[in-house]
Amino acid sequence: MDFSYTEEQQMLQESVLKFVQNQYDFDTRNKIIASADGYSKDYWQLFADLGWLTVPFDEADGGFGGSAVDMAVMMEEFGKAMLVEPFSATAIVAGRLISELGDGELRTSLLTQIMEGKLQVSLAHNEAASRFNPARIETTAVSSKDSITINCSKINVLNGGSADKLLVVARESGKAADREGISVFVVDANAEGVTTHRYANVDGKSAAEITFKNVVVSNADRIGAAGVAIAALESVTDRAALAAAAEAVGAMDSLLTKTVEYSKTRKQFGTAIGTFQALQHRMADMFIQCQLARSIVVMAAMKMDSSATAAEKAKAVSAAKSRVGKAIRKVGEEAVQIHGGIGTTQELDVGHLFKCVTALEMQYGNTDYHTARFSQL
Amino acid sequence: MNADYTAEELAFQDEVRAFLQNEFPADYKAKVDANKRLSKEELVNWQKILYAKGWAAPSWPEEHGGPGWSLTQRHIFATELGLIGAPEPVPFGMKMVAPVIMAYGNEEQKKRFLPDILQSNVWWCQGYSEPNAGSDLASLKTSAVRDGDHYVVNGAKTWNTYGQYADWIFCLVRTDNTVKKQEGISFLLIDMKTPGITLKPIVLIDGHHEVNEVFFDDVRVPAENLIGEENKGWTYAKVLLTHERTNISGVPRGKRRMKSLKRLAAATDDGFGGTMMENPAFKKKLAEAEIELQALEFAELRTLAALSVGKAPGPESSILKIVGTELAQNMDQLFVELAGYHSLPFVPEQFEDGFQGHYIGPGNTAASALTYFNNRKLSIFGGSNEVQRNIISKAVLGL
Repeated sequence: MDFSYTEEQQMLQESVLKFVQNQYDFDTRNKIIASADGYSKDYWQLFADLGWLTVPFDEADGGFGGSAVDMAVMMEEFGKAMLVEPFSATAIVAGRLISELGDGELRTSLLTQIMEGKLQVSLAHNEAASRFNPARIETTAVSSKDSITINCSKINVLNGGSADKLLVVARESGKAADREGISVFVVDANAEGVTTHRYANVDGKSAAEITFKNVVVSNADRIGAAGVAIAALESVTDRAALAAAAEAVGAMDSLLTKTVEYSKTRKQFGTAIGTFQALQHRMADMFIQCQLARSIVVMAAMKMDSSATAAEKAKAVSAAKSRVGKAIRKVGEEAVQIHGGIGTTQELDVGHLFKCVTALEMQYGNTDYHTARFSQL
Repeated sequence: MNADYTAEELAFQDEVRAFLQNEFPADYKAKVDANKRLSKEELVNWQKILYAKGWAAPSWPEEHGGPGWSLTQRHIFATELGLIGAPEPVPFGMKMVAPVIMAYGNEEQKKRFLPDILQSNVWWCQGYSEPNAGSDLASLKTSAVRDGDHYVVNGAKTWNTYGQYADWIFCLVRTDNTVKKQEGISFLLIDMKTPGITLKPIVLIDGHHEVNEVFFDDVRVPAENLIGEENKGWTYAKVLLTHERTNISGVPRGKRRMKSLKRLAAATDDGFGGTMMENPAFKKKLAEAEIELQALEFAELRTLAALSVGKAPGPESSILKIVGTELAQNMDQLFVELAGYHSLPFVPEQFEDGFQGHYIGPGNTAASALTYFNNRKLSIFGGSNEVQRNIISKAVLGL
């Protein structure tokens, strides 16, 4: 038994760590969030040059062939620094979906451009009524002789405002929650009928609400076969949920470190507040939460990399997302409380870390959803 | 034992209800229901409507223009305000500084300040906390040095709520640093227009400019603005803090929000063809919150009954503060859960007056995360919940 990172994983971790320590401080991050793109194009190119964008993809596609553990290693470091670049949205979600579903020239071309850092792709999946059910798709894609017409409204499209291409999840047959009948189409973000309203999420990551009104695509724009996309969507959502859990482990690590540090310097009643046993025990509990969160993410990542069945992997991801979600509330809220008023301000990073983990608890299914899913799988 | 109102109290309840139905402006109610903040102008206008009725200052005695209500009447009034969503009086003047002026101010000060507070002509703000004096308030450092018939004030205050609206600030200042820290503090009223006062906004994590830092740089304050005796301010401040902690349980607001949660849950798709009202995990949490609300309501009523027969307000208010704030935060979390992905957009400007852009998310839940973030303050301000637990440990349990 050995839980240490491989040499390759250590190098990956050091490479990300070096970048966030030297080039991604709190002020830099704030400027990036306020910028027009909501992420740094220079940094994105750097990610490509460093090979990070190839990590999620198979060697046969020109990728690094990274494992789920590799992905978790990176996401944890990203989480510590609250990185807002769309690594998860473009590489892990959209990229993996293309690699799992797509074929032929379209697949090769999209994946190559993503790995080179030349293309931003976002998955337009969630709808107002779907909550966390990946199969709840009301969007219709209606075929006529040579073309297909898409009509829908999508919410929570991560990086949707800066994407060059959108992967639209649409229903070609069946009722709203049927598992069959769901397809994915690639649509140019500037296509006629596409209206995008961009904003930043509470965690600073760019997102958009996007409506598709009589957007016309062809059969060639469909990624993979018609009506059978649900299994790939679920698998990709699971991978993204695990990535979010790993990101949260990193952010919680920062919250704990900063809280302990603050408690040693903040003086009230003539002494550092960290000398109060009531607070010491609460920080000890935060530490326990962080350790359990890290442990269950390791469990799920190893399961993801094993030869387990799809259902077993899904169950492991739900366990991780559920348990990490529970830790998020405890660690996030306690970090703010122990900081006191200053923890509720925009000027300190702690409040932002709290908002980051709160968003991660929700993304790709919240704690209750994954707890229920765990019990059903 | 009974928890019933008398016939007179029930008649009073009807009167309050009818008044609020008719007089709380519908557009204000719509804003409150949509989680939007009322503007300064709207808050003042509402206060003036209450003033016209003689109900502006529920806790004030008749001699100062209050309605002379019993504790139960005040409870009924606060409950009905909370149930309809009408704001309580802006506390800084009405509930915080006025009781201190009444108890410790001289006749001249009472005549000068109280009528304008009652009529909401003057907006007050609080100068208590400092960057290095939060829970440990008595360690405050802002100094006031006597110079002829003035005090010269230097220092900084923080967590000053809506100082940008304020005409006057009441401050705790240090007038003697050679004695025990509680014994060198004085209570001073300062006109915000005095030269040397600057405000620096503090934006909170919900994106709203709600509090400020206030800097005093050689601010000359007439000595006649001192309340009571020099170096007795800590005693006066403690009285004020007791007032700050009454009605802090938030039960009426909690009841209104519980109704709102149920209504929203029944209207929120669970993603699988049902509603969130049928979701077992959510239903359980909702039930637990409702049970907590009932326990808190009766804890408050028991406190009220004890006070009504003349017992002094004690550490019970600490229980109400702790449980009330933690329950409110728990309900904030339930709103976030219901909102799901709709809680994620951070677009604080769309909840401000005059917003012209494209509205992101559904109107009823889009503000849920912002409220959740903002209300982390509840367990921190007004004496943090840790300080409240210290009070219970010492004053009740004798530890």
